[in-house]
Amino acid sequence: MSTWFKRIKQGIQTATHEKKEAPDGVWHKCPECRTTATVKELEQHLYVCHKCGYHNRINSKEYFNIIFDEGSETLLFENIRPVDKLGFEDVKPYSKRIIDAQKATGLGDAMTVAAGKIEGQDLVVACMNFNFIGGSMGSVVGEKISRGIDYAIEHKMPFMIISKSGGARMMESAFSLMQMAKTSAKLTRLDKARLPYISFMTDPTTGGVTASYAMLGDINIAEPKALIGFAGPRVIKETIKRDLPDGFQRSEFLLEHGFLDFIVERKDLKARLSTTINWFMKATA
Amino acid sequence: MQFLDFEKPLEELFHQMDKLKEVHAKNDKVDVSNAIKELEDSIEITRAKVYEHLTPWQRVQLSRHPERPYTLFYISRLFNNFVEIFGDRQVKDDKAMVGGMAEIDGIPVMVLGQQKGTNTKSRQMRNFGMANPEGYRKALRMMKLAEKFNRPIITLIDTPGAYPGLEAEERGQGEAIARNLFEMTNLKVPVICIIIGEGASGGALGIGIGDKVAMLENTWYTVISPESCSSILWHNWENKEKAAEQLKLTSTDMKGFGLVDDVIPEPLGGAHAKPDEMATILKQYILGALKELTPINADKRINQRIDKFSKMGFYEDQVAHS
Ligand SMILES: [Zn+2]
Repeated sequence: MSTWFKRIKQGIQTATHEKKEAPDGVWHKCPECRTTATVKELEQHLYVCHKCGYHNRINSKEYFNIIFDEGSETLLFENIRPVDKLGFEDVKPYSKRIIDAQKATGLGDAMTVAAGKIEGQDLVVACMNFNFIGGSMGSVVGEKISRGIDYAIEHKMPFMIISKSGGARMMESAFSLMQMAKTSAKLTRLDKARLPYISFMTDPTTGGVTASYAMLGDINIAEPKALIGFAGPRVIKETIKRDLPDGFQRSEFLLEHGFLDFIVERKDLKARLSTTINWFMKATA
Repeated sequence: MQFLDFEKPLEELFHQMDKLKEVHAKNDKVDVSNAIKELEDSIEITRAKVYEHLTPWQRVQLSRHPERPYTLFYISRLFNNFVEIFGDRQVKDDKAMVGGMAEIDGIPVMVLGQQKGTNTKSRQMRNFGMANPEGYRKALRMMKLAEKFNRPIITLIDTPGAYPGLEAEERGQGEAIARNLFEMTNLKVPVICIIIGEGASGGALGIGIGDKVAMLENTWYTVISPESCSSILWHNWENKEKAAEQLKLTSTDMKGFGLVDDVIPEPLGGAHAKPDEMATILKQYILGALKELTPINADKRINQRIDKFSKMGFYEDQVAHS
């Protein structure tokens, strides 16, 4: 058993231990093939269906457990929190949405940043949390990416963003739109510093996230069968008034059309990342 | 002439004006000059009243007025020696994105922008101003050409959004827009971006990274159209006016937030009422911006551009709480 796999197992055991109220016997039904597994089994398989390989959606905590060497990571910029600058109110005030999401997830916003080690190599990871208002991109997401880039430049570390988002956060209106400009502009500084940027797209990566940092990696990679696109499939269907082909806007479709460098299963993620980062960062004579 | 619902008080006056001119045309011995003068005065007074307190939704309507001047109109009025250039050199020529080499007051520049159609046929040909990836790549090709020959870039933004189509996704709409955001940040020449109509989301931003970003007074710029916002957040199309208010998408709001640099005033009655006057105002703005930006060293200008966009956002930054 490789060290990273042990690490994942331990991470999962910790997670299970924390959820005292959830008994091992709770069942999870695969949304793809309807096969059932216990929650504990699912966690041991990195939330991937053991039958059909469906990658269930996970958040920053789980990705950090998979990627980082045990205990190596430090969370960064946790004090940056969302504010309802516009006083936006649809069927629910945005200020209430923020509080509800923070209570439900224990997170500050839809982005968590950490610096740590992957098989002994430095890495800064900014990971989106889909469970926080659909992983929507607002000012906090943009600012945390911006500071993550500054941190990577200052410490000469590679940078990675894990995208999982429905797109811009409408309740922040033009502020959310400008996060596309802000993050892309900051990525030019990382580029000039010749530090690698790996964009990892997971299900789903759509809208303004796709049209900014997600597509700007030195290396663009994705989990299998992730929905990745600019416009959502429903909008496209309504626009062109015909059915969309099978597999449209999925990772495999994007790879075929030339927009991904490779697709990686969750179980192989750490090893592939580590090899890739080594190629970028290895000192040569 | 076409009138929006809130412009109805004007419609009757213009109708009377048409009748007077008809009478005069039939018999030029009838003196209508006094009557015309009086009508013109009351048109201006009524215009002032109608336009005094526009709601955000009314400004959205104005930005889409069927008679509003589009990109090619401004190019013809503001610039000389325009040589239109076509194509992205990869897939095709996108008719929703136009541009080329031109001169403004003797200064060689590259000017480009989205173009909407003016009748049923040209609206389709222009895809209602919704560019495909090849449109954004065509725009980038023009901008890189301008950079190579040290010519400033002027972009005119007017789009209901980037086109949400099947082929657009196949050819990487997201990648095309993202690439433009990145590359525009790095352009060594001055970049001036002006929202002349609709500034809808990533489709607008895709040619919108500039040293100066300005909005004409009666335009809107934000992440989503009020209609789509209503549909997603209220689950119906009825709340578009409310959505327009909540989104704070007007030029005044955007300037107040520091998300655009300037608001360019429109003539009374909007750009469509007096297009030539609008063109003159716009030309003065562009010349002023060029004068201000051109002397700045390229690296400094790029750094200022990055810093400007990096500051955009609103959040709390507390000392870590226990
Ligand atoms: Zn399954």
